[in-house]
Amino acid sequence: MNIGESTRFAVQGVTSNKMRSALTTLGILIGVAAVIILVAVGTGSSKAVADSISRLGSNTLTVSSSSTTGGGRGGPRQPAVGGAGATASPNSGTKTRANQLTMADAQALTDKAAAPDVLGVAPVVSASSVTATYSGASHSVGTFTGSTSTYLLIDNDTVATGSPFTDTDYSEHRRVALLGVTVAKDLAGGDGTSIVGKTVAFNGKQFTVLGILTAKGSTGPQDQDDRVVAPATAVQDTLAGYGSLSSISVKAASSSTTSAAQSEVEAILDGRHHVTAADRDYSVFNSAALLSAATSSNATFTVLLGAVAAISLLVGGIGVMNIMLVTVTERTREIGIRKAIGAGKGDIVSQFLLEAVMLSLFGGIVGVVAGLIGSRFTIVGVQPVVAPYSVVLAFGVAIAVGLFFGLYPANRAATLRPIDALRHE
Amino acid sequence: MSAAAAPRPVIELTGVTKTYGTGDTVVHAVAGVDLVVERGDYVAVMGASGSGKSTLMNIIGCLDAPTRGRYRLDGVDVRRRAEATLSRIRNRKIGFIFQNFNLIPRTSALRNVELPLAYAGIGAADRRERALEALARVGLTDRAGHLPSQLSGGQQQRVAVARAIVTNPVLLLADEPTGALDSHSTEDVLALFDQLSLAGRTLVVITHEADVARRAKRIVRMRDGLILSDERVAPLAGEPVGPRAQAELAS
Repeated sequence: MNIGESTRFAVQGVTSNKMRSALTTLGILIGVAAVIILVAVGTGSSKAVADSISRLGSNTLTVSSSSTTGGGRGGPRQPAVGGAGATASPNSGTKTRANQLTMADAQALTDKAAAPDVLGVAPVVSASSVTATYSGASHSVGTFTGSTSTYLLIDNDTVATGSPFTDTDYSEHRRVALLGVTVAKDLAGGDGTSIVGKTVAFNGKQFTVLGILTAKGSTGPQDQDDRVVAPATAVQDTLAGYGSLSSISVKAASSSTTSAAQSEVEAILDGRHHVTAADRDYSVFNSAALLSAATSSNATFTVLLGAVAAISLLVGGIGVMNIMLVTVTERTREIGIRKAIGAGKGDIVSQFLLEAVMLSLFGGIVGVVAGLIGSRFTIVGVQPVVAPYSVVLAFGVAIAVGLFFGLYPANRAATLRPIDALRHE
Repeated sequence: MSAAAAPRPVIELTGVTKTYGTGDTVVHAVAGVDLVVERGDYVAVMGASGSGKSTLMNIIGCLDAPTRGRYRLDGVDVRRRAEATLSRIRNRKIGFIFQNFNLIPRTSALRNVELPLAYAGIGAADRRERALEALARVGLTDRAGHLPSQLSGGQQQRVAVARAIVTNPVLLLADEPTGALDSHSTEDVLALFDQLSLAGRTLVVITHEADVARRAKRIVRMRDGLILSDERVAPLAGEPVGPRAQAELAS
């Protein structure tokens, strides 16, 4: 007998008791949908964390001073980076203020021979409590960053309207600024683009707005677009003073060389600060390392969610087995008739096995649809991201469950002796 | 079907016994039976309940294996055959007719008749044609699409007969075929058996009703697992008794 014939018998079996088949299918459906949705929630939360970390800048190292003593702002020190005086004496000032990061430190990191894996270096000075005013409107700036044009590259920033500042703006100490979308909108109203080219006062100091930075969105409560970026020279002149750097941003050549770049940065700075790994007066924050730690903890979370869902799929499978056993008992007489008129063992096995697989197949298909629909909604604050492997896996397991749990009842049906089966009422 | 010319008997039972249980509780359901049924014969096996006729029928129908003795069906020894072989033998050589019809529920008459052909691996178009032919033989062409639940008992039994003859088996084996039917339907089914016998089919009918047994060409009576009597009522090659008996009744 061919498979088409067995399939027809199986369809007949499934449809002869629709309510029962539907309920059995529901067990598989819930299992499959749960696996897809819960894995999607896990994947979605991993992705959310990864996104917020990558917004910090990809392949980025941030060197910050770990000193607790406040940085002195006195002393007219000429910033060296980007300027013509690239040969500033390497140790100037580092002995007296060994625990501070300086422009010279930043300059040292650009040494291609000592740090071949470093693509770009940007010294960062920041000004706090800066209030911007523009034609009557005022806005308290969240982050006011002074740096070089390299900073925009490292921070993955682009200018949406207007143009970025240049190395010339930096070396000429030009008072120009790039505004975050939030700042621009708050000051100028509308989409904020009308402010480009105008002059804004930051704590009374006049800066010309060169452009508006592309929106970054917000992570949690923090608005990443509430910021201003300006040349470090101008910021030191006006708002921050000529003290130490608040940090140095370093971009590695690629994500695979981030760790190498970190070692190189540490080697250079250890030499310059006369410290070792044990008594380091600065710290290097590696976003890639943070990302991998966060990713691995999220992977555990996803596996746990998936395991809980897999249990419900297993329970659904036991439901299939239960119903198939009932079906076989109910249809013992029919099995006897079929065997009497010539059905072989294989014919009976394939009929009941197909019936079980059909239940789980249908449950699997509807479960995948339900899972995909369910994953479109935000669940406990996480936007689920459907992992294709989970769909394939859940569907495959559903079929396997049907096969596995259908095999025993089908086999039981097939080994019934025809005279016993015919005598059954 | 030029069955009468065939040399070998359809059924050849030699010293067949069937026992259940062991030791003190042993029951001899069939206690040593020799029986030969020639091609084209119409045999009624009679006996009260417990006489062993049902067990004998299960053995003849290859549904059960004899404890001892030899059984040749159409010249083939069916002792100690694998289950798969037995189901093939049942499919090809035997047509079953049961007391309670045993049609597959929720399945149309046509599908029921097609079923043995499906298990024999015959293609859909061929199957349908042969099944319709068999239904025509039992006069139920217009009921082909009906479900068993939509048919009367007599009609269901005629569908079962159609299912039994559709594979052209060498033996039609009926177990109390009229036990669940009213007298009118009984007559319909017995008339059908007469026709089949006339067409050269070999029939073995297990019954406890004398009216049914009287229609056969040969009556075998059983008691306590043994054959009590074996009486030829009509010649093997001749017509069955039925039409003649009806004619007598009418006159």
